[in-house]
Amino acid sequence: MIQRRVFLLAAMATAAGTVRLVQAGTNEVRISAKKFEFNPAEVRLKVGQPVVLVLTSEDRIHGFKVPDLGLRAEIVPGQETRVALTPDKTGQIVFFCDVFCGDGHEEMGGTLIVEA
Amino acid sequence: MLPQDRRAFLKLSGLAGVAFASALFPGHPASAQAADFHFIQFSDTHWGYRGPANPDAEHTLEKAVATVNVLPNQPDFIVFTGDLTHTTDDPVERRARMKRFREIVSALRVKDVRFMPGEHDASLDKGEAYKEFFGAPYYTFDHKGVHFIALDNVSDPAAKLGDEQLAWLAADLKQRHADDRIVVLTHRPLFDLMPSWDWTTADGAKAIELLMPYKNVVVFYGHIHQEHHQNTGHIAHHAAKSLIFALPVPGSQPRRAPLPYDAASPGKGLGVRDVAMAQTAKLTEVGISGA
Ligand SMILES: [Cu+2]
Repeated sequence: MIQRRVFLLAAMATAAGTVRLVQAGTNEVRISAKKFEFNPAEVRLKVGQPVVLVLTSEDRIHGFKVPDLGLRAEIVPGQETRVALTPDKTGQIVFFCDVFCGDGHEEMGGTLIVEA
Repeated sequence: MLPQDRRAFLKLSGLAGVAFASALFPGHPASAQAADFHFIQFSDTHWGYRGPANPDAEHTLEKAVATVNVLPNQPDFIVFTGDLTHTTDDPVERRARMKRFREIVSALRVKDVRFMPGEHDASLDKGEAYKEFFGAPYYTFDHKGVHFIALDNVSDPAAKLGDEQLAWLAADLKQRHADDRIVVLTHRPLFDLMPSWDWTTADGAKAIELLMPYKNVVVFYGHIHQEHHQNTGHIAHHAAKSLIFALPVPGSQPRRAPLPYDAASPGKGLGVRDVAMAQTAKLTEVGISGA
């Protein structure tokens, strides 16, 4: 898990085109996953402001994939998966579950809304 | 039968046949003397689906079997490129669906039938039930001078071929000549067709890299429930229609929700594909009579 977190932090720095380090005390946003939804499914973020998404699952393994940021993680029940990012432009970024989880998996997704 | 004749027949018999007229293999035919043959691709039959996108779901597969059975020019073999059944969390029901699916398709006149899994068949139990009913999820076979490779990008629920299968693919390809004719069959697109709809294979680029040195490679797949044709370099990738419901054109709407059922033309967007492999190889889309 530790290795995965380090990798995700590195991936984010590249994808967001920023070298800004994630500070201690960075805003955390919790997103909970269960068949077949993320809660919340819409997450509002501020451009240029570092954030850590804290992902948990209520039932089974799900995926968290953000193709536009070149980012993916697995959300395992009983664990917190932390994904750090700093959005560098405003707009909407889709995320979705990419670990097939049953009849309804195709609808399991959400949006990061990056505001000025 | 020449492609022209086939189109004429499809018109006469009232089937919706649309020829996709392009050379199947981009390179020169490796063996012009190879015997002429054709096969049919079924995909995404989703046996067990119940829902508004296809109120006739209980009969569509039987109608497709009947349509293919009356084609005067029967194919040498038939392939099913995944999502044979619609997913269920219940392992008993999953097997019941596979059993019933197998019964229905056993009515095909052509007895040489090859299966591949889709994520609906295999992702929840890593292919366990699928293997009980249909055997190995990835394999090769040869037919009249063409080498066929069936790849499994669904038994891993994260849509990966995995290192073991990639090593197996590399070893198989080592035995081929650069100009051998190779047909790859798989469920999901191997390339990044539409990453934000998850229409991709996590490590599909590695398979494409292994295939690139071969001049005559073509890929047939399913998953996206519509006809689609795209190249990665010289390799052509052809997606087939589904036999349950159609999905939207990539990027044409915010979500990849099924296209609404049209009672006035219930078989719209559904069908199977005939692939004629000869010097002038052709793809012909075949609609389903009575659907
Ligand atoms: Cu999921």
